[in-house]
Amino acid sequence: MSGATLPLRVGLLGGPNSGKTTLFNALTGLRAKVANYPGVTVERREGRFPGGVVLDLPGTYSLNPLSEDEAVVTRVLAGEVEGVEPPDALVVTADACSLDRALLFVGQVLRLGKPTCLVVTMVDELRARGGELDLERLSAALGVPVVGVVGHRGLGLDRLLALLDRPEQWSRPPIPPPEDATERGAWAESVLERVHLRRPGSHPVTEAVDRVVLHPVAGTALFAVVMVLFFQLIFAWAAPLMDLIDAGVGALAGAVQAALPAGLLADFLADGVIAGVGSVVIFLPQILLLFTLLYLLEDVGYMARAAFVVDRVMGRIGLEGRAFVALLSSYACAVPGIMATRTVPSPRHRLVTILVAPLMTCSARLPVYALFIAAFVPATPVAGPLGLQGLVLLGLYLLGGVTALVVAAVLKRFVVPGETLPFVLELPPYRLPPPRLVLSQVWGAAWAFLRRAGTIILAASIVLWFLLSFPRTPAPEGATPDEAARHAVERSIAGRIGHAIEPVIAPLGFDWKIGVGLVASLAAREVIVATLAQIYATSEDDAGSLREAVRRDRDPRTGELVFTPATVGALLVFFVFALQCASTLAVMRRETNSWRWPAFAFGYLLALAYGAAFLTQRVLS
Amino acid sequence: MASTQPLAPAPRPGAATNLRLCDLEPGGRGRIVAVDPAADLGGRLGDLGFLPGTVVTLVRRAPLGDPAVYALRGTRFCLRREQSAAVRVEPLEDDESAR
Repeated sequence: MSGATLPLRVGLLGGPNSGKTTLFNALTGLRAKVANYPGVTVERREGRFPGGVVLDLPGTYSLNPLSEDEAVVTRVLAGEVEGVEPPDALVVTADACSLDRALLFVGQVLRLGKPTCLVVTMVDELRARGGELDLERLSAALGVPVVGVVGHRGLGLDRLLALLDRPEQWSRPPIPPPEDATERGAWAESVLERVHLRRPGSHPVTEAVDRVVLHPVAGTALFAVVMVLFFQLIFAWAAPLMDLIDAGVGALAGAVQAALPAGLLADFLADGVIAGVGSVVIFLPQILLLFTLLYLLEDVGYMARAAFVVDRVMGRIGLEGRAFVALLSSYACAVPGIMATRTVPSPRHRLVTILVAPLMTCSARLPVYALFIAAFVPATPVAGPLGLQGLVLLGLYLLGGVTALVVAAVLKRFVVPGETLPFVLELPPYRLPPPRLVLSQVWGAAWAFLRRAGTIILAASIVLWFLLSFPRTPAPEGATPDEAARHAVERSIAGRIGHAIEPVIAPLGFDWKIGVGLVASLAAREVIVATLAQIYATSEDDAGSLREAVRRDRDPRTGELVFTPATVGALLVFFVFALQCASTLAVMRRETNSWRWPAFAFGYLLALAYGAAFLTQRVLS
Repeated sequence: MASTQPLAPAPRPGAATNLRLCDLEPGGRGRIVAVDPAADLGGRLGDLGFLPGTVVTLVRRAPLGDPAVYALRGTRFCLRREQSAAVRVEPLEDDESAR
């Protein structure tokens, strides 16, 4: 190796669905370091392998970039990205079953003149489909080393590792492939003729499944069924695990209270830290389930089909099928959803998608919906496994989704100008993803969620606990413990803020306690649940769950219920629209590179939320 | 339709009239004659393999008639009419085998 001190840097290139990520995982054993490229937010994945460092570049069809992801590839290869050394050698992955298409990209890469090696993936699938390929001849025709691998089984990996030991000895093409696309097409043809390729037959499973999945009627119906099941499963399956975590958090808080002398420190740990973070960690099972389903649908190949089925509808509102995938990811969390818009090549489509992504019902709203639906909507069965609670939840999801589509159409028409780029979407063959691939993706998402719970939400919980606990006021003469506690919260800083904004939120039917929750939820939506838990834990003499507490809460002056159906409705509707999420605002700023768009999104969503909540309050009361 | 397409080569002898790619029937095949560069931003269609001489099959259309799935070079891509209209093909009969 040339530079004796520097490890070899290998750039991993390849088209989407070419088995690139699987190969990366196989080479690095999942020990990837994930960061961002400077200035942009394209994910930068690097990992060590026995011979050096491998850099996983974003998947691309071409070195003539259309999207930000693709531009990063070109810039890294040219050594134009600050702090990122250009790779010493390139490994290009190509799916054996679509080698014809892949060679067009390989031809572009070979023109770069770097040591390059071609990895032909899914050679097992090629054989199963009756195709045949002479890798020796392919290597001779291209002028570079070629290795066939089955990434998830590690076949061929040893040969690749041996090759990566001495890239300076790799053969290079005597003359680079032609620059002109049409001539490169002819070049690819001539290469294929020389490698005695028996073209693979059609993928029988894909053919058969697509006959149903892409069918005008069956496909649309299936799409609807998948979406309904998706949400029903996330709500129903996660419940037992969530109850388990809930009980665990309660037990931990109790143990801390019991172990420490009664006082500020015990209160701080039990009510502030443990209850606050616990009320968020409880959603981990749902997050895991959601991302598992999302990545399974993506890796199996259904997501592209879903984008195909709904593309016409998305086209009507001026977006494209792929924006739908980003919006669907926003159902998990707007942060990855907004990051997923990087696959949308048109900057204009991308900005509109980013601006409406917060309207998709993210998992952080689920705690809020779950609390109030469970407390105020009876669990009446409606049809089969569907209950009234599930239907109300579905309704809230639909309200957000439909509004997003309407707003997108309006924004594209009046707010976001610009040109539209071509829409192309690959429909990969259906494949069972290696479990390791799905697991690594789900783990990444779950870890990001936990880290958020551990940082932003922990910080918010601690700040809130202080705001709720100070200044400490002595209880009035002869007050019951209940009244004393409520008195203390009401006189606290948070209570005063809640009272101060009460005139503004009173038309929505919200009292000061909801006001405190709304202020706190500006950090993250789910914090309102932690805040209410704190308010009621300090104003109720414990025992009853939060659900019971909000159901029974009455205004001490009028004796009326605080949460009337109209108020609950208004609050839920408010949460459908409002952008209460510091992380989303931060990622929006990063992706659009200015505060202008996050400020705009926050403003228009707040106006929408207030207006809609006001109407709901009026109509229901 | 006056053929003022600058890129289109002279029609091959005996070839049927050229069609837009989006005008193929589902299941129908055509050989690409030309791609209108003005409608192919960044040359992406070419990079994906929509190149003169390539045989393309329109596999099926989406529920509302657009977009459509096209099979070429061992892959399937879905294109909207606005892109596929930029690709001109000579229709192929079933017995005229690919390439």
